[in-house]
Amino acid sequence: MLNTDICIIGAGPIGLFAAFEAGLLKMRCHLIDVLTQVGGQLSEIYPHKPIYDIPGYPEIKGQELVDKLMEQIKPFHPGFTLGERVEVMTQNPDGSLIIKTNDQTEVHCQVLVIAGGLGCFEPRKPDIDRLIEFEGKGVNYIVKDPEIFRDREIILAGGGDSALDWTIYLANTAARVTLVHRGDTFRGAPDSVEKIFKLAKEGKIDLILQSNVIALNGKERLQSVSISARDNSLTTLKAHHFIPLFGLSPKLGPIAEWGLEIDKSAIEVKPVDFSTNIERTYAIGDINTYPGKLKLILCGFHEAALMAQSAFKYVYPDKKISFKYTTVYGVPTF
Amino acid sequence: MIKITIEDRNGKQATLGIPSDVSLSLMEVLKAADYEILAACGGMGLCATCQVQVVKGFEKLPPRNDQELDMMDILPNADQHSRLSCQLRINEEMDGMIFRIIGGD
Repeated sequence: MLNTDICIIGAGPIGLFAAFEAGLLKMRCHLIDVLTQVGGQLSEIYPHKPIYDIPGYPEIKGQELVDKLMEQIKPFHPGFTLGERVEVMTQNPDGSLIIKTNDQTEVHCQVLVIAGGLGCFEPRKPDIDRLIEFEGKGVNYIVKDPEIFRDREIILAGGGDSALDWTIYLANTAARVTLVHRGDTFRGAPDSVEKIFKLAKEGKIDLILQSNVIALNGKERLQSVSISARDNSLTTLKAHHFIPLFGLSPKLGPIAEWGLEIDKSAIEVKPVDFSTNIERTYAIGDINTYPGKLKLILCGFHEAALMAQSAFKYVYPDKKISFKYTTVYGVPTF
Repeated sequence: MIKITIEDRNGKQATLGIPSDVSLSLMEVLKAADYEILAACGGMGLCATCQVQVVKGFEKLPPRNDQELDMMDILPNADQHSRLSCQLRINEEMDGMIFRIIGGD
């Protein structure tokens, strides 16, 4: 098990800067992020877009800011666990916390800081009758192990690139592949679109256009899928598996089940120190809410600084915090 | 000042008066008017939680950009009159239009 002073969920700009503010107070940090790179939204969504409201930078690109933050926290040697999603939080009798990820990484910490931004991106679930009931019993939102579909009858739904790619891939292994799409054209990569229509023409897949899957049927497991066409005619097709591919949407994820006070997908915090209703747990950046909240990077930086001052008492219960300017004392290292 | 009508998830309609030079997106106006819209991504067209259906006046709106078209292609509950309200800037052309809030979680 990893041992640290502060465990930070989310390695976006605010999580990274929190490691700096903690470091100034000699608190060690370990960061966990579901993405395989640091930087959060900045690196993932807009690495090349300029940001104009970072103090001291009239203009700075998302990735540049991330690179500079990484340089800034280097003296404090924070640890990183990337590409893993935090699942479970448990509290020890002494108040310290244990965080577990989906890959069984365990971090023991004195303080937990949630800097999770938009949350984790999870599959978007269409409004289909009995969809949830058949999850794990024939309904799959991602294709992890294509082998489970070998020689089975598969129905996919969606019109994006992933729907096209998986239809093409599974055409070779599954007994029968059907792609259901609401429209009659695809905006995906031209190569894939061409291939899909070719496979359909050759009879290697079935393409059902201008239609929606509206219901799933079966007893213990999924047995068939009901499809409604634009003219409201209804078809029922036999299916072992149904794979709806409608992209990803940001969700709080497992954090939502921890007993935190949540308002409209944001964690409620005290504006004094951004602590949550769970002792030793803080939420900073886009994921929190309080009266007057602004979702700005610069506000997240401010929240990180105040959080660190407040978290100090849990890491060093016997020490008195003394506020120091970096200009006078420099940046300590460890 | 323009007037637009909003139908909430319960089918209740209300008319909003908005200064036409407000320089906000429809999503921002809906949030300001306390409609339940998550807008998780803050207006970048990524989360589709601000999805609306244009009940009246669809043809008066500017065409969708690539980002919005890509999103429409993958949204399970979108139809030919769906738009992402974060991509719609308030302007005088919107006067008299009717929007239905669709975007869920």
